[in-house]
Amino acid sequence: MANTTKHHETGNAPVAKAESTTQRQSRIEHRERMQVLMRTAGMLPVLILLCIGFGIVTDGFFSFQNLSIVAQQASINIVLAAGMTFVILTGGIDLSVGSVLSAAAVTALLASNIPGWGWLGIPAALAVGLGFGVINGLLIALLRLPPFIVTLGSLTAVRGIARLIGHDTTIFNPQLSFAFIGNDTLFGVPWLVIIAIAVVIVSWFVLRRTVLGLRIYSVGGNPEAARLSGIKVWGIQLFVYAISGLLAGLGAVMSAARLYAANGLQLGQSYELDAIAAVILGGTSFVGGVGSIVGTLVGALIIAVLTNGLVLLGVSDIWQYIIKGLVIIGAVALDRYRQRGSART
Amino acid sequence: MPHDPSSRPPLLEMRGISKTFPGVRALNDVRLSVYPGEVHSLMGENGAGKSTLMKILSGAYQADAGGQILIDGKPVTIDGPLAARALGVAVIYQELSLAPNLSVAENIHAGRELRRGGLVDRKGMERGCEDVLKRLGASFKPHTLVGDLSIAERQLVEIARAVHAQARILVMDEPTTPLSSRETDRLFELVRRLREEGIAIIYISHRMAEIYELSDRVSVLRDGSYVGTLMREDLSADSLVKMMVGRDISGFYKKQHAPYDPGNVVLSVRDIADNNRVKGCSLDLHKGEVLGIAGLVGAGRTELARLIFGAEEKTRGEVSMHGKPVKLRTPRDAIDAGLVYLTEDRKGQGLFLDMSVRDNINITVAGRDAKAGVMDLPRGNTRAKDAIAALTIRVPNMRVNVGALSGGNQQKVLLSRLLETKPDVLILDEPTRGVDIGAKSEIYRIINDLARSGVGVIVISSELPEVIGVADRVLVMREGEIAGELGGHSGTPISQEGIIELATGSKVALDQAA
Repeated sequence: MANTTKHHETGNAPVAKAESTTQRQSRIEHRERMQVLMRTAGMLPVLILLCIGFGIVTDGFFSFQNLSIVAQQASINIVLAAGMTFVILTGGIDLSVGSVLSAAAVTALLASNIPGWGWLGIPAALAVGLGFGVINGLLIALLRLPPFIVTLGSLTAVRGIARLIGHDTTIFNPQLSFAFIGNDTLFGVPWLVIIAIAVVIVSWFVLRRTVLGLRIYSVGGNPEAARLSGIKVWGIQLFVYAISGLLAGLGAVMSAARLYAANGLQLGQSYELDAIAAVILGGTSFVGGVGSIVGTLVGALIIAVLTNGLVLLGVSDIWQYIIKGLVIIGAVALDRYRQRGSART
Repeated sequence: MPHDPSSRPPLLEMRGISKTFPGVRALNDVRLSVYPGEVHSLMGENGAGKSTLMKILSGAYQADAGGQILIDGKPVTIDGPLAARALGVAVIYQELSLAPNLSVAENIHAGRELRRGGLVDRKGMERGCEDVLKRLGASFKPHTLVGDLSIAERQLVEIARAVHAQARILVMDEPTTPLSSRETDRLFELVRRLREEGIAIIYISHRMAEIYELSDRVSVLRDGSYVGTLMREDLSADSLVKMMVGRDISGFYKKQHAPYDPGNVVLSVRDIADNNRVKGCSLDLHKGEVLGIAGLVGAGRTELARLIFGAEEKTRGEVSMHGKPVKLRTPRDAIDAGLVYLTEDRKGQGLFLDMSVRDNINITVAGRDAKAGVMDLPRGNTRAKDAIAALTIRVPNMRVNVGALSGGNQQKVLLSRLLETKPDVLILDEPTRGVDIGAKSEIYRIINDLARSGVGVIVISSELPEVIGVADRVLVMREGEIAGELGGHSGTPISQEGIIELATGSKVALDQAA
């Protein structure tokens, strides 16, 4: 600052010009910094604004109990959306996660009813989720079928399988051996939230710090270039659908533990849409190659906060749907508008 | 055609045009004036600002405040593509912007569809563009699907669209890159016809020969600034290169490596074929040798390279490296065996445009560097930093997206990725396509250095001076076969005539030496 003032005192033309160049340079740098910040922050400002807004117009939004409820409600969607982030980063889509969750949850409850072996419900659910994910992945990676078609098919077929294995009834287990996952806390933090945070951290690590993560981005960014760079594109595709399935299985464990019950017909309906919404709100590109797991976390929290806040406000179910839909469109439109400034030469 | 610019007022004048992107001054006080009925070439290295200037003219970008654009002497504001179109500015882009699933007529009328009673009037549109197509000498019909046309024909459709929209200023950005020489001749004829109709053509190209052949005047940009304009009669390669680069480039094509060792074969290919474009090719590549592969577009050169690299499935043939047979079924196999391939389609099949320079350089070797699957970030940073220095890649830092770089720098990033694998055999497919002169000479230097260090290099190129200048030995392909060999121990010296003879089969071809 002192330097700039000095330039002014000398007052001759070339120096004045130099000063305006410095000013312009610093303005450019400032703008560049802001853009980097915006990109990293993504939808965080929207989330914060929503929280502040609900904090003002409702009583008790910021109470510990309510925030804990929001986090728990978001947790299953965060887990599913993390898997969805992997898939969408490769340019794919997994529409089957809701159905897979339901089939895995039904399996978990059936297994939990085996006397003395109730904990088997957890590996059973994970295995079912992983299995369906691998099937999706094989169809997409090896038979080269479009992901939308394959997972639309399994959305329907797996829903049927969930009803079949549960004999189209609701399976209960009031003595569920792993119920603590859905209801207990560790140092005051619900287990559901701990699992969701763990999934986000592991996903972040895989995407940002491992070769696998780099390859996932590259396959989504340019599959042909990835192939010519020596990347086994089919392997990456198989992996992301398997992970999405596995995380749907984990979501099933969480859901079963919370409800002590699972119903093949009703459980997990339209969960895939919430997961996709979270990913897209998080700034991940639908064509692949660009996006982040932190963005997805923010996206899932926006959806959860919105739902919670609208309930606190006493907005009717019908209007909740309408408002949520509009917020998703509006937020993404805002994002696009904001990013238009960063021109590519 | 005699041309006297002073006789008429300029059709287009751009004055004091500047454009600042975050962190980069892409254009600085640039001017350009273009007269009706003139072919005005715009030259400059990649990154000199040609594309940015044209994007301002076409409304894709807004210039910074202070500049002025005049058309017919009147100041105009071009605040979007529609405004540009209304003012008669049309751009034929390198990446053609047609809808392949629509007909020629529909593409020509895109955005201005004829309607009758609220419905699209297909017949009317087809009739409406018959005239233009005939005038431009098109051999296809208005109802043909654009997807069924060749690249050259699609380009003609783009030009027809511009003419049909009454464009008076036509910008052509590297229009001949995808064309064969016959197609290029036809395009030039068309450009001259448009000039006679009084259309002003702004022509961007890296190929000197085209600039000489077409231009009435040439304006040169360097590092975002206007350097000067030359009249047709003042054009010379020396003056242009000096203006573009700002320095002399000597030893442009000079071979600077020792002769290769004929006893040391690093790559041997026998009777490789794909049942389609490659019909049984054999070749030997020696340690430290630069082997050129020439031939017409469509002769199967790229297909042969991709077949060797394992990118396509071969139906027969053997490949051995260092005398041992190898099975290269996928690019991964080839890379692991020490053979890498630089694609001719840099953006489409080479780079990850949304990823950083660092990640683009490291992608292939990241797996080798990793410990238990976790990336070795310091190692990756060092690799990227060293590669940027070694190949003089001009980037603000290694974290910028590759998509933001100029063609020459993008090519060097891609080349770095391959070199990081420490290959024994390097296949370069059109290594200097769309690359400016400065970067070109640097790429030749890199090829020389590699050969000197013992790498076997295959250079596929459509530019004859390049093949002749850079290669120790040249194989010429024709219709999927190797038509003959020049240089090396073949007894025939490498010459432009020799290559053309073999490539076109206009004389009896030599028997293949290998």
